[in-house]
Amino acid sequence: MPKIVTDVGCPYCGASCDDLEILVSDDGKKILEVYNACAIGNEVFHHASSPDRLKRPRLRQPDGTYQEISYDEAVDYTAKVLLKAKKPLIYGFGSTNCEAMSAVGRVAEKSGAVLDNCASICHGPSFLAIFDNGYPSCTLGEVKNRADVVVFWGCNPMHAHPRHTSRYSIFPRGFFTEKGQRQRKMISIDPRETETAKLADIHLMVQQGHDYELFDAFRTVLRGHDIPDEVAGIRKEAILEAAGIMKNARFGMIFFGMGCTHTDGRNHNVDIAISLTRDLNTVAKYSIMAMRGHYNIAGPGQVWSWQFGFPYCIDLTKGTHAHMNPGETSSIDLAMRDEVDAFINIGTDAGAHFPIDAVKHLRKHPFITIDPNICMASEISDLHIPVAVVGVEEAGVVYRMDNVPIQFKKVVDPPEGVISDEQLFDRVYLRICELTETEPTWIPAKGHAKAPVTAGQ
Amino acid sequence: MAEILVKNGYVIDPAQKIDGDVADVAIRDDKIVESVSSGARVIDARGKVVMAGALDVHAHVAGPKVNVGRLFRPEDKLFKSPEAQPNYRVEMGFSVPSTFKTGYDYARMGYAFVMEAAMPPLHSPHVHEEIHDTPIIDQAALPVFANNWFVLEYLKKGEIENSAAYVAWLIRATKGYGIKLVNPGGTEAWGWGLNCLKLDDPVPFFDVTPAEIITGLMKTNEYLGLPHSIHIHQNSLGDPGNYTVTLDSLKLAKGMKAKNKFGRTQVMHSTHLQFHSYGGDSWANFESKAKDVMNYVNQQKNITIDLGCVTLDETTTMTADGPFEHHLNALNHLKWANTDVELETAAGVVPYIYDKDIKVCGIQWAIGLELGLFTKDCMRTFITTDHPNAGPFFRYPRVIKWLMSQKAREATLETFKHRDKVIDATEIHGIDRELTLYEIAQMTRAGPAKALGLAGMYGSLAPGMDANVAVFNLDYKKMPSNPEKIEQAFQRALWFIKSGEIVVKDGEITSHGNKRTLWVNAKVKENPQVVRDIHEKFIKDYTVNLDNYPVRDYLAPNPFVIDVDVEA
Ligand code: SF4
Ligand SMILES: [Zn+2]
Repeated sequence: MPKIVTDVGCPYCGASCDDLEILVSDDGKKILEVYNACAIGNEVFHHASSPDRLKRPRLRQPDGTYQEISYDEAVDYTAKVLLKAKKPLIYGFGSTNCEAMSAVGRVAEKSGAVLDNCASICHGPSFLAIFDNGYPSCTLGEVKNRADVVVFWGCNPMHAHPRHTSRYSIFPRGFFTEKGQRQRKMISIDPRETETAKLADIHLMVQQGHDYELFDAFRTVLRGHDIPDEVAGIRKEAILEAAGIMKNARFGMIFFGMGCTHTDGRNHNVDIAISLTRDLNTVAKYSIMAMRGHYNIAGPGQVWSWQFGFPYCIDLTKGTHAHMNPGETSSIDLAMRDEVDAFINIGTDAGAHFPIDAVKHLRKHPFITIDPNICMASEISDLHIPVAVVGVEEAGVVYRMDNVPIQFKKVVDPPEGVISDEQLFDRVYLRICELTETEPTWIPAKGHAKAPVTAGQ
Repeated sequence: MAEILVKNGYVIDPAQKIDGDVADVAIRDDKIVESVSSGARVIDARGKVVMAGALDVHAHVAGPKVNVGRLFRPEDKLFKSPEAQPNYRVEMGFSVPSTFKTGYDYARMGYAFVMEAAMPPLHSPHVHEEIHDTPIIDQAALPVFANNWFVLEYLKKGEIENSAAYVAWLIRATKGYGIKLVNPGGTEAWGWGLNCLKLDDPVPFFDVTPAEIITGLMKTNEYLGLPHSIHIHQNSLGDPGNYTVTLDSLKLAKGMKAKNKFGRTQVMHSTHLQFHSYGGDSWANFESKAKDVMNYVNQQKNITIDLGCVTLDETTTMTADGPFEHHLNALNHLKWANTDVELETAAGVVPYIYDKDIKVCGIQWAIGLELGLFTKDCMRTFITTDHPNAGPFFRYPRVIKWLMSQKAREATLETFKHRDKVIDATEIHGIDRELTLYEIAQMTRAGPAKALGLAGMYGSLAPGMDANVAVFNLDYKKMPSNPEKIEQAFQRALWFIKSGEIVVKDGEITSHGNKRTLWVNAKVKENPQVVRDIHEKFIKDYTVNLDNYPVRDYLAPNPFVIDVDVEA
């Protein structure tokens, strides 16, 4: 009899839905059906079950082909690469669990590496703004239960976070929002007429690259001053109308996406968005939230902040300190300046996302990809280490876009012999200790097994 | 079997009424014993002070708001982080140190146990992940309850039994330790940008008052017989004139009796009282009401308090008192982070500079110390800085110096730009009391251990206790005339043995020890209505599924579970 696993987390987008139900084959090995997920989430689970998954690491040969090697050999190779390099870069972490992010912290510190995550190329500007201006935010349940005005600025959840509007922001009926969508005003600010914009009560088609001016206009109006007849391509009356709705909220919410961080103004757009939120808090209750892309891309920002004090761009090469200075210690900048002499790509695809010149520089040195699947990065790597798919074959903590930790489950076993990211990094760490003849230090104790839930039931 | 003998030190152990006797402390494995064999490792403590490991009853060291403080303040690291000890993890941060630095610094000061003072239940896996990464020290965490929708609804109807069943479930689910209250009702009001500043201000929609919440949770706590009492951060924190609200809430404990099997005698722990002992009605006539508040605390024996001393540092304030942080931000205009948590609580974080040349900061500094100096019972008065709110925890040695030395207090007072105004608004200048080492040991060892219901494990050097032993470079018979030496001695223990293992020698870390997470497993008889309510709220209001909510066992890999059985 196939069995249903309930309350499963979806390892895809930053909505990190944890209500999926998965029908698993009799022998517990194969995923048959996926319920509750959106189309993308569905695909993630079915993809994991595909028969042509890699089961062993592959090392590039002098003739350019890949040859299978053992995990021990891959661990040894990785440890030696990290020790030999002066400035190795370990980058990615959009798609793995916090246990792996913690384990890699130990490795990076021991080997003196730079540690960075995908925020470096997506919400990095948001971090810069948060460093300057703070982050008045809330959990998504607050939006569900209280919000009566919801603004989507430079983001398109209908496409990028398909269940965001139904689970959290627009449609759900919450404690103080029994009428659901009918009780909420929705504003979309986007230069394109996206699916989200079509759903909105008001769509302000801001002129591409002029977001800062429009934010500024809102602040000006809310403070009771006049604005020109048109700002950022929007008529004054439309701005006044939207500002009126925002001001009259009981609980307002501003979601922003890469449309703010990756257009003219970048961190300044986020900075003024935060200032607008602060202003609005003098007349109503307001929160702001970054629409984080991947299901656990908020994770490294959390784990590394408690370990090193910084969310990203962490240079540990000095050995005695962690140092963060985006622009100097950020992955792309390091790669463009050709300062990196070994590269580990984990849980992302730098091959697809980095500028071609950065990739060219990185390719001159040892290049390792850790990923369950074949991707562009794995195809240009010297070593590809396949790992278990987190959320499908490996449990663990992930941080949703609102920084709420969700304990993801394991649904099926990974292919025979395939290990997790965490196990891999722990083995690399032990190998580094062996090679440097030093004692490993575990905090506080090692050897715990991931146990099922017992407390609170 | 490992044996250690700490020989010939001046032992100070208030739990056994020992004050400076020269004696040996024998350790076998992780316990203190009567005697050890001749093969024991000997630590010579001649001429030094020997105390049990200390306990911190209230600090913000792990969890979401602490981590917001780390994340959004890179400037708290720059030029403010020490070099890592070779073979140990890097130590980053000043006012909000990394988890590693937190564990190391507490150990260097001889602390064995630290209570994380406010755990948002929804974020409890995060809290435990950080505790897991904090070396050496034992820890526990207090989930917050006073703005939780279940609790508000049960208490509005006066349903103590249901409240107790829910509280027990939540403490278990979060692997928590007890009942924390932060700005009762006010934080829920903050969901709408409002607050409850008085004890009879009704919570919007829920229509229950802060006084009812405090009394209800106090009854719930004693119904369950938890090891710790309710632990309360009162309404109107930080406001001039708030001491009347403080006295009103303390009075709610009147006539209540502690009911538990852990030796705890208080029914209410009132935390960081410094922030709640303010007179005046504006910042212009702001003044100390420490004496009025302590007069009440001194006579009301079923209350314990901690100080929340201002240390005059640049720090990072953080509290589940969301409206307070918003208010503070309007005063200092620095960056502001806020996290409202669905159905449960909120949190705000704002950097803050306690500048010795600002009058109000000087008065706050004086108030914290006055509370400690006006106390008549050091077993009910504990040293804290509400880390990092009034200052970082590694300033405890400085606070101890101020409490032990009038000379040190006067020296600090002398440096204030508004010295005379501070003197006018406080009593600090006239106080000649200097606390003794015995009293300090009560305030940091025996007292908090008893208040937490942990006196059977911590806070004493009696045989059978956990082997937590600190040796300090102080001569009991010849205390230094230079108060700085007191601070230095408590900053870095000569030796610290934690759970029978030497973790500090000459102020440096020598081992990652073997930390534990303490949590309370409170069991009540099945309550079908509460079970139903929990299921319903998770289906309708929460955005996380019930099955994924309780903290999984592997996240607290070294648990020490305290069972509490409630016979109905
Ligand atoms: S919305 Fe995102 S997390 Fe939810 S099912 Fe779809 S892809 Fe997965
Ligand atoms: Zn506190």
